Amino acid sequence: MIPFYAYRFKVLRVNFMSLNLADVKRIAHLARIAVEEDEMPGYLQQLSNILGLVEEMQAVDTTGIEPMAHAQDVVLRLRDDVVTETDRHAAYQAVAPQVEAGLYLVPKVIE
Amino acid sequence: MLNSSLKQLAGLLAGKQISSVELTQAFLKRIGELNPTLNAFITVDEGKSLAQAQAADALIAAGEAGPLTGIPVAQKDIFCAEGWLSTCGSKMLHNFVSPYDAHVIEQFNRAGAVNLGKTNMDEFAMGSSNETSYYGKVKNPWDVNAVPGGSSGGSAAAVAARLCPAATGTDTGGSIRQPAALTGISGIKPTYGVVSRYGMIAFASSLDQGGPMAKSAEDLALLMNVMAGFDPRDSTSLEREKEDYGRDLEQPLKGLRIGLPKEYFAEGLAADVAQAIEAALAEYRKLGAETVAVSLPNSKLAVPVYYVLAPAEASSNLARFDGVRYGYRAPEYTDLADMYSKSRAQGFGAEVKRRILIGTYVLSAGYYDAYYLKAQKLRRLIARDFTEAFAQCDVIMGPTTPTTAFNLGEKSDDPVSMYLSDIYTIAVNLAGLPGMSVPAGFGKDGRPVGLQIIGNYFSEAKMLNVAHQYQKATDWHLRMPPLHGEE
Repeated sequence: MIPFYAYRFKVLRVNFMSLNLADVKRIAHLARIAVEEDEMPGYLQQLSNILGLVEEMQAVDTTGIEPMAHAQDVVLRLRDDVVTETDRHAAYQAVAPQVEAGLYLVPKVIE
Repeated sequence: MLNSSLKQLAGLLAGKQISSVELTQAFLKRIGELNPTLNAFITVDEGKSLAQAQAADALIAAGEAGPLTGIPVAQKDIFCAEGWLSTCGSKMLHNFVSPYDAHVIEQFNRAGAVNLGKTNMDEFAMGSSNETSYYGKVKNPWDVNAVPGGSSGGSAAAVAARLCPAATGTDTGGSIRQPAALTGISGIKPTYGVVSRYGMIAFASSLDQGGPMAKSAEDLALLMNVMAGFDPRDSTSLEREKEDYGRDLEQPLKGLRIGLPKEYFAEGLAADVAQAIEAALAEYRKLGAETVAVSLPNSKLAVPVYYVLAPAEASSNLARFDGVRYGYRAPEYTDLADMYSKSRAQGFGAEVKRRILIGTYVLSAGYYDAYYLKAQKLRRLIARDFTEAFAQCDVIMGPTTPTTAFNLGEKSDDPVSMYLSDIYTIAVNLAGLPGMSVPAGFGKDGRPVGLQIIGNYFSEAKMLNVAHQYQKATDWHLRMPPLHGEE
């Protein structure tokens, strides 16, 4: 349905395959997402396709161009150092998976 | 009544021809009839909506009504609303009843509007077809075999099918404009920083912007008046004077210079969409506007840059979903690290996981400069293209999407081809500019075509004027899909 773009990116997808299964494993660990062994090849293919899509960026010379983080060049606002929040911990903890005595419960981390 | 403007509905309410409770009940009834087919809503809560309607009726009776008091508005499920399930289309938040209101929700509450329910969306707003929602696909009211677009597909389908008079959306790479185009409604993404992101579940914070979706530009202006405004709780909210977005609606268009970027009319644009856009431009010339050729030479980089920056920001934003403080927690795990990674593996859908992984990769040591920093530099070049184009024109126009709505399932197995359906909308987010889509006829398959209008920073009132004058001369925005419920 988008012949021009699809064709161009398809060519890149074939040429660009620098990720390997070890990379996928490392990325999944960094992202704290459990990925089963049998899902790895699928992710490898999909992530490689996306990297193929973005590879076109590398052809452009960006020497001397300032990176742009935000559309408007806003400066962080400061506010007076006063209490602005009310205590709503009960309401916020009502949606937590597990709490006890005002504390969030997680599995034991120190034996 | 289904096709009435917000102003007409407010008139009926003020004249006591209908109460807000009756109006709300009428739309709830229509949702009950048509939502089983369309799946546009994730949550409907009659009790809550009717309580708000009753309160609105009291305000109207006391003579304290504003322009939107008593009007039912559907809210995209990305906006946290106190006491409402707020899922963001994800299993991760399947049980998250928000303990607080987003700024946008507060603004509608203050205006006396009625929350008609929470609309379906692509999971965490990541998608262009509304097929990634944990709560099921949304159908396009014009053709139930077609996607409604995404990520604000539930809001778009709900407005198109007249399940609500208006709805909210959010737009990170086209998520208001693309579904508006594919369902034949109007929608505007304001200048970045105009609508507060507080309580709007974050996807890519430097691009996310909330905005209204409705039948007409005139309605959008009223909704913008409620949604826009400074909010200190959003660090990128802009401190600006309150403005009336409807102030210029009736200005004539004589002498308006419309820029046509040659890159938006190049190969890849479907012939029937091109034809509808040409017809819309001819209408604008009749209204006294002139068209000038402009160029956005870095357009082709917008999709690649976006698919580095948006996943990078998403990987950071979505790190908060760890199964500890709210949301989904895996039922079984061995230790804390295992709990995190299993909760995230089970709670997130495939597209969200793909984007978190890509984002994690481009931010990781050794790749940051080549991908993330490079993309930020190109982002500036893309924004500069627009600055140069706006030296020659007042607004930019083109198609919102390269084709009419594609079929359900057509692109869901090929993420990259799905990403390319946003080729005309993404650059606007990268530049932080306002953009809108208005209905401009139909393709050869009978599915709607959207005309995209891009304005300079803070020119929303002008854009709404440009859209309104077109809608006075045409009736595309009043066309309703032939729906008969329980089909």
